Amino acid sequence: MSKKVFSRPRSLKEAVFHYCPGCGHSIAHRLVAEVIDELDIRSRVIGIPPAGCAVLAYNYFDVDMIEAQHGRGPATATGIKRARPDSIVFSYQGDGDLAAIGIAESLHAANRGENITVIFINNACYGMTGGQMAPTTMLQQRTTTTPSGRNNILDGYPVKVSEIFSRLPGVTYLERVTVNSPAGVNKTKKAIKKAFRCQIDGLGFSLIEILSPCPTNWKLSPVDSCKWIDDVMSKEFPLGVFKDNTGAGKKTGEAAP
Amino acid sequence: MAKRVGMEVALAVAEAVGQCNIDMAAVYPITPQSHIGEHLSDLVADGKIDAEFVTVESEHSAISAIIGASGTGARVYTATSSQGLMLMHEILPIASAMRLPLVMGIANRAVSGPLNILNDHSDIMPQRDCGWISLFVENGQEAIDLSIQSFKIAEHKDVNLPICVNIDGFQLTHMVEPVEFPDQELVNKFLPPRESFATLHPSKPVTMGAFAMSDYFTEILKAKNEALKSSKKIILEVWEEWAKMFGRTYKPVETYKADDAELLVLTMGSMGETAEMAIDELQAQGASVGLVKLRLWRPFPFAEIKEVLMKAKRVLVTDRAVSFGGPGGPVCGEVKAALYNESHKPVIYSSIIGLGGRDVTVADFTGMINRVIKGEANVDTYEFWGVRE
Ligand SMILES: Cc1ncc(C[n+]2csc(CCOP(=O)(O)OP(=O)(O)O)c2C)c(N)n1
Ligand code: SF4
Repeated sequence: MSKKVFSRPRSLKEAVFHYCPGCGHSIAHRLVAEVIDELDIRSRVIGIPPAGCAVLAYNYFDVDMIEAQHGRGPATATGIKRARPDSIVFSYQGDGDLAAIGIAESLHAANRGENITVIFINNACYGMTGGQMAPTTMLQQRTTTTPSGRNNILDGYPVKVSEIFSRLPGVTYLERVTVNSPAGVNKTKKAIKKAFRCQIDGLGFSLIEILSPCPTNWKLSPVDSCKWIDDVMSKEFPLGVFKDNTGAGKKTGEAAP
Repeated sequence: MAKRVGMEVALAVAEAVGQCNIDMAAVYPITPQSHIGEHLSDLVADGKIDAEFVTVESEHSAISAIIGASGTGARVYTATSSQGLMLMHEILPIASAMRLPLVMGIANRAVSGPLNILNDHSDIMPQRDCGWISLFVENGQEAIDLSIQSFKIAEHKDVNLPICVNIDGFQLTHMVEPVEFPDQELVNKFLPPRESFATLHPSKPVTMGAFAMSDYFTEILKAKNEALKSSKKIILEVWEEWAKMFGRTYKPVETYKADDAELLVLTMGSMGETAEMAIDELQAQGASVGLVKLRLWRPFPFAEIKEVLMKAKRVLVTDRAVSFGGPGGPVCGEVKAALYNESHKPVIYSSIIGLGGRDVTVADFTGMINRVIKGEANVDTYEFWGVRE
């Protein structure tokens, strides 16, 4: 009899993703679920879906989920983690959610070094609402609110979440990855696993930024979307580890006595 | 005569705002408002209007940005919906206290939770007491007309208040309707450039939004209330001028086949046209029913409501929002308050309907009305029409 080598992660429900063909959310979901399975933490995980295309993530993850309002994931995550330190909390957010309307919550949760994990999907637009400009939209990129391309004078510059957040002393582990190729997917999974490990070990705030294709709003085929990440997006948002203090052990209090 | 075209109402609203010589729009997208902002950004990018379009990072910033711009004397616009309006809430009473004319389109949508994206009025109702003028439209043409009129009303020297135009999300915003745009030259005549009574200007410093303790706080709130109440006079003047120039009439309270009707049904927003069909059907069967449509939500048109409703024996008020733990639907609460001190007032029934996008059909109206006619409706409480228990 042949051996089963590939199956649905236990942490994913038997539901068909509603995401568009070629969307990075589906891959990111699967990777998070695989990591939860492999770390055997399913009974401890509490997830927080955002407002965004992943708003229905609770239909897919077979773990406790509590919906946050647009941008408020890290604040809600903070509350859960402080009240139930034994839980493993992740907030799943798009770039509008995290870098636009929710930048304050995200930055402050990171700055406090909350022991939570943020999965950050950077697809260079507001996917759910119809592809409007996000803070992460490329210069010159056409969106439904930048019809002649993002203009730095009018619309500012792409916000580099990993670069900015890695400067915060509260952040322990931060890596930017992409899911546009099998190698990228494997790397992304490793990064997600490390981020959850960081939390399990009580080491502090971790964030994984995933450059993620949105073929629908980029108006590209799934294949061309993957290529666009290589050719354009990752030039503006270079991949790599921006911070890794996981080796430094647990933080100790520094307040004056 | 202006030409009739078929257009999605959200786009038509943006086109209408584009006719108003705005200086700035700041918009954060949210379904079902997004097409308004997107189309405004198109108009700006195409050079059709000479305005700033700011891709702000939240609704809180959108409303704050247009307050800043309006403070300098600019003509400004934003649009939002549901959660976005809730996020703006903090800023809304401040805009009216500063007496800044802002115009906001609201694509009305249910407020979470549970999360929903479809139409009802639960987003505007919590903003009721923020000191804004609040208007409701029933179709695409009205959305165009009232959007344009709003600038004139808000900026009038005797008003200087923010104003919102409520446009039912999806039911209106996403419909393609036959509409006509007023001739641009006539709009220019109707709506001259804004003249502000005070602006942020370095050569003549002013303070906006100053601190006020108990010694002045009450007086300032009373002044705001007076301003809002007396804005009705200007609203009526503007509507009269509009009727003369463009031939379409608007009133704070409108009626449909309501003369001599014993039972009046009251609606607000897009349900009105559905209710009209129910009234036609029931009148054909000999029922003495008529329709009342509330256009002006704030300032509440007490006199006009009394004049119309006092002629009836019974009134059925429909609401697309719940005032939890309160007297019924929020509109019904106001209607009851308006009539309370009258003798020989009609009996008032309250029905909550169409929440979170639940379809409201002609049969719903005939069903609700027949229950009242047959004496089956409970006058002591309010009903969630069609709810599954
Ligand atoms: C207060 C508030 N404003 C606006 C919205 C509408 N909205 C929902 S999701 C979203 C942006 C989604 O973009 P992103 O976070 O990048 O996620 P994606 O859909 O691309 O995965 C917006 C603007 C909302 N839900 N709440
Ligand atoms: S719109 Fe973009 S982000 Fe949303 S599901 Fe489709 S491809 Fe994915």
